[in-house]
Amino acid sequence: MDLPEGVNTAREQGLVGCTRCTRPSPTGTARCPRCGSRLQSRDAMSLQKVWAWWLVGLACYVPANIYPMLETRTLVSTQSDTIVGGAVDLARHGNWGVAAIILIASVLIPVGKFVVLAGLAIGVRRGPQISEAWRHRLYEVVEYIGRWSMIDVFVVAILSALVQLQALATITPGRASLFFALSVIFTMLSAQSFDSRLIWDSAEGARPARNPKERIA
Amino acid sequence: MRDATDDLDDLIVCPTCDLVYRAPAVAARERAYCARCHTVLIAPRRKAGKQLIALALTVLILIAAATVFPFLAIGAGGVRHEASVLDTAFAFSGLLSVLAVAVLLFIVIIPALRLILLIYVLAPIIRDRPPAPHAKAAFRFSEELLPWSMAEIFALGCAVALVKLSDLAEVFFGPAAWLFAALVVIVVASDRLMCRYSIWTSLKE
Repeated sequence: MDLPEGVNTAREQGLVGCTRCTRPSPTGTARCPRCGSRLQSRDAMSLQKVWAWWLVGLACYVPANIYPMLETRTLVSTQSDTIVGGAVDLARHGNWGVAAIILIASVLIPVGKFVVLAGLAIGVRRGPQISEAWRHRLYEVVEYIGRWSMIDVFVVAILSALVQLQALATITPGRASLFFALSVIFTMLSAQSFDSRLIWDSAEGARPARNPKERIA
Repeated sequence: MRDATDDLDDLIVCPTCDLVYRAPAVAARERAYCARCHTVLIAPRRKAGKQLIALALTVLILIAAATVFPFLAIGAGGVRHEASVLDTAFAFSGLLSVLAVAVLLFIVIIPALRLILLIYVLAPIIRDRPPAPHAKAAFRFSEELLPWSMAEIFALGCAVALVKLSDLAEVFFGPAAWLFAALVVIVVASDRLMCRYSIWTSLKE
C-alpha cells in the first residue's frame, strides 16, 4: 500500500484517535476532550463482539427461512409462503423479475453479509488473502447495506395492513418476519462491532515511522 | 513518538484507518479524503447549518403527517382498504406485536428524535451562540441513532409493496405516499450537507 510521504497511524505516534470526531489524544486518555466519546486505540473486544452478534444473527436467519413470511387467505384458498417459496411461486407464474429481486434482497444479500463479516473477522486473525483496500470496500458495503435488509419486514407490514379485503383476500404476517427482523438487527450490530482499523493494521510494520506532515489527498 | 509542541486540535485522525494528518484548510464545497481508505474527513458547505435545520424541520413535519395519513389504498371487487403508517405497525399482532413497536421505533420515533437532537445542537451554532447544554452528548446520541433511523427504507418498501400488489388489485396513492417520496430526497440531500468535523469543531468550548 503506497502512502503519501510522512503519514502514519495514530497508534505509531503514541496517539489514539476518536472515531466519532477524529480528534487525536495521547494514548491512555479515557474520553475524547472534544466530543466525550470513549477512546480506544483498537477495540480489543471487537472480534469477540462481531462473532457473538454474527452467531445470534445466523441463528435467527434459519427460522426466518423455515417459517412462513406471509399468510394469504382468499375466497378459495389459504396459502403460507416462506421467503424462498414465495419467490419460486412468482417465478412459476412467469414473474421472473420480481422473483429475482426477492431472491437477491432476502437471500443473496443476507447470506453475503454473513460470509463477508466472517471473512473480515478471520482475515484479521489469520493474515488476509485479499488486499486492505478490497477488504475495506467490502466492509463499507456490508455496513451500508445492512439496514436496507429491513425493507423485507416493512413490505410484509405494508402488505398485511393493506390487504384486508374482508372475505375477498387478507394477508397476515407470518412468524418468519420476527426472526428476519432480529437477524437484520443482529447482523447490523455485528458489522458495527467490527473495528475497521484492524483491517489496516496488517499493512503496517513494514513502513518506518515518520513524523506527520501536512498531507491530505 | 511525536513532539509535544504539536497542538492535537490541529490534527485529524481518520476514523476508519487511523492515519494522522494535519487538518487542512478546506474551502466550502471541497472535500478532504483520507489518502488510504478514501473516507471523507472534512466536507464543509456554506450555510450548511441553516440548511440542515430547515431540512430537519421539513422531515419532522413530513414524518408527522405521513404517520397518520394513508399512503396506499387498494381496491378489488368493490371493496376498498387504505393503510397509514400506524395501521402498518399494528399489522403485527399477537406474538409479533414486538415488531409493531420495532416498526414504530425505526420509522417514526428514532428518525424524529434524531432530527430534534440535531436541531437542538445546530440552532445555537448558526446564531453564533455558545453551544446548548449537553450539546456534545446530544450530537453523539443523534449520531448513534443514525443507522437505526429507517424512514427512507420504509418509503422504498412502499414502492416494493406497490409493485407486488399491482397484479393483484387496483392500487391508489394516498396523500402520505407523496410525503414519503419527498422524504427520501430530503434525507439523501441532508446526508450530503452534513460535515461532522465542522460540527464537532464548532461544539468545542
